Amino acid sequence: MLEETLKRIQAHKGVIGTIVVNAEGIPIRTTLDSSTTVQYAGLLHQLTMKARSTVRDIDPQNDLTFLRIRSKKHEIMVAPDKEYLLIVIQNPSE
Amino acid sequence: QKKNISLRLTMEIVYVYTKKRSEFGRQCNFSDKPAELHVDILPDPSLTDNFIDRDPCDVAIQCTQEMSEHEVNTERFDCEPCGINHVEGGWPKDVNSQEMEQTIRYRKKVEKDENYVNTLMQLGSHMEHCIRQNNTIDIYQEYFEEEEIVEEMEGQPSAKTVNVFRDPNEVKRTATSLSWHPDGSCKLAVAYSSMEFQKVTKDMSYDSYIWDLENTNKPEMTLKPVSPLVCLEYNPKDSHILIGGSYNGQIAYWDTRKGSQPVEMSAVEHSHRDPVYKVIWLQSKTGTDSFSASTDGQVLWWDIRKMSEPTERLVLDPSKKGNLDNALGAFSLEFETTMPTKFMVGTEQGVVVSCNRKAKTPAEKIVCTYSGHYGPIYALQRNPFFPKNFLTVADWTARIWSEDIRDSSIMWTKYHMAYLSDGCWSPARPSVFFTVKMDGTLDIWDFLFKQNDPTLSLKVCDEALYSLRVQDNGRFLGCGSQLGTATLLEISSGLCTLQKNEKALATAMFERETKREKILEACHREMRLKERSRSEQSKEDEAKDGEAEESAEELVACAEREFYEVVEAEMKKRGKDDKKEKEKYEGKDGCKEKES
Repeated sequence: MLEETLKRIQAHKGVIGTIVVNAEGIPIRTTLDSSTTVQYAGLLHQLTMKARSTVRDIDPQNDLTFLRIRSKKHEIMVAPDKEYLLIVIQNPSE
Repeated sequence: QKKNISLRLTMEIVYVYTKKRSEFGRQCNFSDKPAELHVDILPDPSLTDNFIDRDPCDVAIQCTQEMSEHEVNTERFDCEPCGINHVEGGWPKDVNSQEMEQTIRYRKKVEKDENYVNTLMQLGSHMEHCIRQNNTIDIYQEYFEEEEIVEEMEGQPSAKTVNVFRDPNEVKRTATSLSWHPDGSCKLAVAYSSMEFQKVTKDMSYDSYIWDLENTNKPEMTLKPVSPLVCLEYNPKDSHILIGGSYNGQIAYWDTRKGSQPVEMSAVEHSHRDPVYKVIWLQSKTGTDSFSASTDGQVLWWDIRKMSEPTERLVLDPSKKGNLDNALGAFSLEFETTMPTKFMVGTEQGVVVSCNRKAKTPAEKIVCTYSGHYGPIYALQRNPFFPKNFLTVADWTARIWSEDIRDSSIMWTKYHMAYLSDGCWSPARPSVFFTVKMDGTLDIWDFLFKQNDPTLSLKVCDEALYSLRVQDNGRFLGCGSQLGTATLLEISSGLCTLQKNEKALATAMFERETKREKILEACHREMRLKERSRSEQSKEDEAKDGEAEESAEELVACAEREFYEVVEAEMKKRGKDDKKEKEKYEGKDGCKEKES
């Protein structure tokens, strides 16, 4: 079931890569090459932590549910959880 | 004993106790008496008429803590941002991250974890929603792109100082040249040197700096040349490379990735013999070519890969003989990438020399000259929209020229009170240019709007301004002063956005002025021809005298004679007029006085 879900995500239009990272920053599952994966994993982990702490600082009852970074070239989407991070890089249709 | 009680009207109650003198010294005989009422002052209500109630009553009470005020100035905290490159994740101790087997095993273990599967399913569905959303509609789409936001002219053109970068050294040097970083307005390279002859002291630093526009406290990078830099330019193709011309005539180039020392310097024997006033990068495939000009009369071409000697050399000899003694000293250079074979040099003598790089012989390299200034030409630039017209800044004016007219500029500003030291066109508007003066003012001219005066004149600092550079967007400009202060200014959008019809109006203006000058030139030529033919006639008449040429002294004597003749004729005429006036006057009065 999980395999299908991940494969389906990867197969969507415009999706460049999918990465699953655990709480220690170790990439568990990835469709990109290892150096890019490690870079994304490390940087986005830190950014997600920062974003989460920002949201919680403003309102302690709130929590981060999703993080989207839109750049000139593509969009990086991060779905955070206590233990894992699901990162998807997509090139939005234009 | 007499008791005397008197109650005076002044409300003084007095009780007088008297004793006979004969009774002095007797012992006291005390006796007990019931209380006697001596004075009873009853309240007098009529007195209240003299008073009124005060309401409210202001009573000041002070009940605060005692506090004292102190000021403390802490030492500036130097902070440097730095980052760590995260290479590999936080693998647990028993897993060697280099070993593929171990990492794969670890990963497989995690994937089997139930928590992992559940979490990911959830995250996955959420993620899919967003992905589909992205694919369905572009949430950042510009909806009203076709409608151009028409900005009305916000009244007054203005400029404001954004930041000021001061020379961090004790002994201040002049900021002689500025160069913007090619990728947007984030960095400014400033060259510092002392241009006053023999004013260099032992402890004067040779360094030039690259400033980050956000940080005015400390320059981002220092460039350490062997001799102070007079000019400095970023390579437009490679933003890490800078080339600088120094006071002793050498050229050096830096790579910002390689540190403060120049990567390579030109050999002293093949460099210029005077300070290098301008160096410009050329358009070439390799992006390593540049050329430099100096007051020693030479223009040298360099390839930075081999700085030991210049690739080409041109001597600015107007007689086209390549004679260095005759050469004009170069103060400024002009090069436009759209016309790579031509370039222009502004000289110390006030003449602009137009040259062709691709000429076969050195004599043909110098194409023509434009004269009209009285002093060294500090700035020379073609209009980015109309390359046939160029701007020169020298002596007390700024002039606009057309390539076709050699003898005079087509438009010029009035003569100012202070020397103009630098100028440049705005890259955003064809009719706008900037000049800086020795009294520390920056003038922004809009020739379509007003030609008599600058559209905006700002006093940037109290000392003289020596250099000016506008950034490619036309919005920011940097000016360098005598005490090494580089000021960054932002101008209002009206002065850096292309106005409606501006190009057409500017074209019409330049063409009109060029035409006017052409007509004047034609007129002058005609007059000269007439003069020549007339003087030839008179020469034929004077052929008997045997003098073919009129010498200068004779011309002067002739002019003097003519002048005095005219003066005497005027005086005589006035004398006659006065006499006539007097006679009229006397005639009215009725008395007759005859003048001899």
